[in-house]
Amino acid sequence: MRLNQVFKFYESKDDEFVTVYFEGKELRVPSGISVASALLANGIYFFRASSVNGSKRSPYCMMGVCFECLLEIDGVPALQGCMIGVRNGMIIKRQIGNMNVKKLDIETY
Amino acid sequence: MIGEHIAIVGGGLLGAAIAYGAIRSGLEVTLFDEHDTAHRASRGNFGLAWIQGKGLNKPEYVNWTKNGLRLWPELQEELLQITGIDVALQQPGGFWLGFSDREVLERETKLKQINAQGVHVPYTIMDRSDLLQYLPELGPSVVGGSFCSLDGQANPLLLLKALHSALKIKGANIINGVRIERVTYDKNTRRFLCFNSAGDHWESDRLVLAAGLGNAKLAADVDIYAPIRPKRGQILITEKLKPFLNYPTNKCRQTNEGSIQIGSTSDDVGLDDSTKTDQIELLARRAVKTFPLLSDARLVRAWGALRPLTPDGYPIYQESVKYPGAFVVTSHSGVTLAAAHCYTVAPWISGLTQTPLEFIAFRGDRFIQRPKE
Repeated sequence: MRLNQVFKFYESKDDEFVTVYFEGKELRVPSGISVASALLANGIYFFRASSVNGSKRSPYCMMGVCFECLLEIDGVPALQGCMIGVRNGMIIKRQIGNMNVKKLDIETY
Repeated sequence: MIGEHIAIVGGGLLGAAIAYGAIRSGLEVTLFDEHDTAHRASRGNFGLAWIQGKGLNKPEYVNWTKNGLRLWPELQEELLQITGIDVALQQPGGFWLGFSDREVLERETKLKQINAQGVHVPYTIMDRSDLLQYLPELGPSVVGGSFCSLDGQANPLLLLKALHSALKIKGANIINGVRIERVTYDKNTRRFLCFNSAGDHWESDRLVLAAGLGNAKLAADVDIYAPIRPKRGQILITEKLKPFLNYPTNKCRQTNEGSIQIGSTSDDVGLDDSTKTDQIELLARRAVKTFPLLSDARLVRAWGALRPLTPDGYPIYQESVKYPGAFVVTSHSGVTLAAAHCYTVAPWISGLTQTPLEFIAFRGDRFIQRPKE
């Protein structure tokens, strides 16, 4: 069995689809599912690299607890992919290491 | 003495450090660690290894803390060798930060007063431009502060894990899930007995009570007065961030893994270890005022923990006069003093060294109200 067949969409003719982009690659996914589900069902398992030792990590709990599914979504770093629904046109990137709070715009303070 | 059996009630940072020190001194060790329904102050520790500002009206405590910080690198290295666990000790010096000139002036006065007691803790008072060289992300509200080169930090959870791991490797008997309700001394066998609520008991030649808040009641069983009360501290934890804070401060610190720990409150609320939103808000506001970039960091946890505190805030280290071989130890500085507990307190309670001179200042008797003559 190939690993990328572990997760599959339940397809029905009523499904509406949206387009999201993961690391530049276009993905057509059903609306109403989480970003983490959308990536897993497309065979994407490497979500983030650990800030402690650099190891590649995948979602674990899928319910907002483990923080293993962190992604950069539409420019916002370190978001939990399992807690955010897909939206048409969403730009998704891996979260490599810790979020760099210095790079954010702090001119407003 | 070497080969004797010592029982230690309490498996937190204090009990575990003493237990480890005892087993490396050649004693046979049994450690009682209760269970997760206990208050577990060591799991809530902020992780500073800190001296500046401590010890006003108690010069003995200044020297005791200095001793502990001096011994720390040895403990870090020893635990790494034995367990492979790096407890992330860093001693780059630490900063106290003030929001007004008056606050900074009061700080300077306090640090002067501490050193006027015949002790010496190095410190430097800094203005904002000095501070910015070390803490470039400081917000405009910080006007000045103090720096002490002896201060530092460690990871309290890794320290606790390393001590327990070292104890297992050295063959200590760690008993979890047992709450010791009372202790007695058997004159005939000259042994101490620790009882749980079911009436089971464990015997030992020596006994150390390091049960945190539990000491308030247990200490009386060995005729020592230990009026220990809880003082709640609340702490906030952010998500892991890229390093931007290279020094611990009195308001927040960045852990070796990247989280910012924001501390801490001091609340007299009895045994309530919950968190309160008004206190969380206060801590968060103060942290953002100190380091404005934190306003973009997300908080992932907030917790309350109960510090076991004596009325004057200083520790108790005392051997029972009535029951020699029984000791009460209590301290809320389980990280700062970890090495002192391992290398100085443990040989003493093991019967291998004399009572350290400064311990006369750390007896529980000091809290007994005597009628004025």
